[in-house]
Amino acid sequence: MRPILMKGHERPLTFLKYNRDGDLLFSCAKDHNPTVWFADNGERLGTYRGHNGAVWSCDISRDSTRLITGSADQTAKLWDVKTGTPLYTFNFDSPARSVDFAVGDRLAVITTDPFMGLPSAIHIKRIARDPEDQTGESVLILKGPQGRINRAVWGPLNRTIISAGEDSVIRIWDSETGKLLKESDKEDGHKKPITSLSKSTDGSHFLTGSLDKSAKLWDIRTLKLIKTYVTERPVNAVAMSPLLDHVVLGGGQDASAVTTTDHRAGKFEAKFYDKILTEEIGGVKGHFGPINALAFNPDGKSFSSGGEDGYVRLHHFDPDYFNIKI
Amino acid sequence: MAVEAATQPSKLRWGELEEDDGEDLDFLLPPKQVIGPDENGIKKVIEYKFNDENNKVKITTTTRIRKLANARLSKRAVERRSWPKFGDAVHEDVGSRLTMVSTEEILLERPRAPGTKQEEAKVAGDPLAQIGKGGAVLMVCRTCGKKGDHWTSRCPYKDLAQPSETFIDKPATETNAAAGATKGAYVPPSMRGGNTERTGTDMRRRNEENSVRVTNLSEDTREPDLLELFRPFGAVSRVYVAIDQKTGTSRGFGFVNFVNREDAERAINKLNGYGYDNLILRVEWAAPRSN
Repeated sequence: MRPILMKGHERPLTFLKYNRDGDLLFSCAKDHNPTVWFADNGERLGTYRGHNGAVWSCDISRDSTRLITGSADQTAKLWDVKTGTPLYTFNFDSPARSVDFAVGDRLAVITTDPFMGLPSAIHIKRIARDPEDQTGESVLILKGPQGRINRAVWGPLNRTIISAGEDSVIRIWDSETGKLLKESDKEDGHKKPITSLSKSTDGSHFLTGSLDKSAKLWDIRTLKLIKTYVTERPVNAVAMSPLLDHVVLGGGQDASAVTTTDHRAGKFEAKFYDKILTEEIGGVKGHFGPINALAFNPDGKSFSSGGEDGYVRLHHFDPDYFNIKI
Repeated sequence: MAVEAATQPSKLRWGELEEDDGEDLDFLLPPKQVIGPDENGIKKVIEYKFNDENNKVKITTTTRIRKLANARLSKRAVERRSWPKFGDAVHEDVGSRLTMVSTEEILLERPRAPGTKQEEAKVAGDPLAQIGKGGAVLMVCRTCGKKGDHWTSRCPYKDLAQPSETFIDKPATETNAAAGATKGAYVPPSMRGGNTERTGTDMRRRNEENSVRVTNLSEDTREPDLLELFRPFGAVSRVYVAIDQKTGTSRGFGFVNFVNREDAERAINKLNGYGYDNLILRVEWAAPRSN
């Protein structure tokens, strides 16, 4: 396959997400402008100007009209996808890290980093249908985990929130009462900070990637460990194919150490694993820095990766990918 | 495309039709006609033009419009296609080239050849794994290829061997890190002081020895074709086909790197002289070998 290279960002990529129809790809980077691309040919559709800091993550409403972004400028913003105009700004006292719309797009979960003595927190905000009525009040604020919370997503039926972060523990919270329901136990869990978390398409299980050089597959209701994928480098990004039983792990050596070694030593490929047999299928090379973000097109026929090198690489699979056998 | 000329059809070339002769007599021409597309997707465009000799020419362009079979986009997605650009994308100039198609063919690189059993792969992967661990020492002489007997620098056949490519990497493995430093070769800070955290580099270097040169390839052989041809012999770590930058066609040769030397050997024995795409392949070791 010949990947499409998209060089719209001037700084390392942080997050990638497709809309539900799979025709738009949203990218966030440490430069201040989240960008939207056409997912088939990689043409840039527009940028969302208004943030004043690195943008850490984003989410798109199911009907592809609203975008929410979380940024290090201590805000999360709601945008009109079509025109790029900011609709509302949620102000926090510390950088916003992870954002996720609930099923139905009426609620959003936003996590904030520990900052100037403030602990990290998970905020639940109500999203008004009409941006005129939008308010900044939190429905619920969850506190407790030590260190940064790198990702928080909604569980089945919006009843729970799953969070993971620097303390390497996965937690399931009740989204109604704010009670801590479950925690991953020490033996099964990750040994180092969890960098990424990605839900399966049907929402029955999720995958976490960690700096302990492994990725783990968990049941979303019981928090039972299902599978472990072991790799030889820190995992920064994970994604699951919606079409085949494949998982992709991206990562590489720490960005600060890249210049001290040969580029091949960094292991900057996106590695494909069989989801069930946990065996490696293959690797896709190309980035010359660690991979920070991965996303699968909802049709499962293409995927994109974003690297520390500032490039988004969009790969449309060759036909023989679909009948790979181990 | 069908081109008909009203007069002097013999002197007409299609390339000339596109050119404007500067004279403004276009108003004399009948208007452009578009017929179709009909139920078979056939569309006809009839245009009239003056050619260089001021003769009126009728150009009929017949095109077939096809719908892509796998293009199933939702109505919303089709609508989004025509959205105006916004933000920084508005002022994007044509030369900015933000989106490019990679010039390199990227393959999903398999860790081992498909079809081989896992046990087989384990045996093959073992020496490599040992190197990867860094703790276990695998003594392989790069000059004569002997295993476990001596290091490259102590090779008794060193003088017989022709000077190989400059291998000044891995100063640490020879004797120790200090010895490497006194030799004057640069040691990256991370490797100094006996830091033995080995990375993939030396492993790769060694693999490049199992490089096979394939010549007399047909013009339309591409990397995936070559991979398909060589994969049955064992795990392939790299496939490269030389492409002429100007014409974009193959230059007729390429390289295939195998993870294991034995696989490369077998591939050479089997495929040298093999008929591929009406040409007879020539397959040999990439660099002239000393032994």
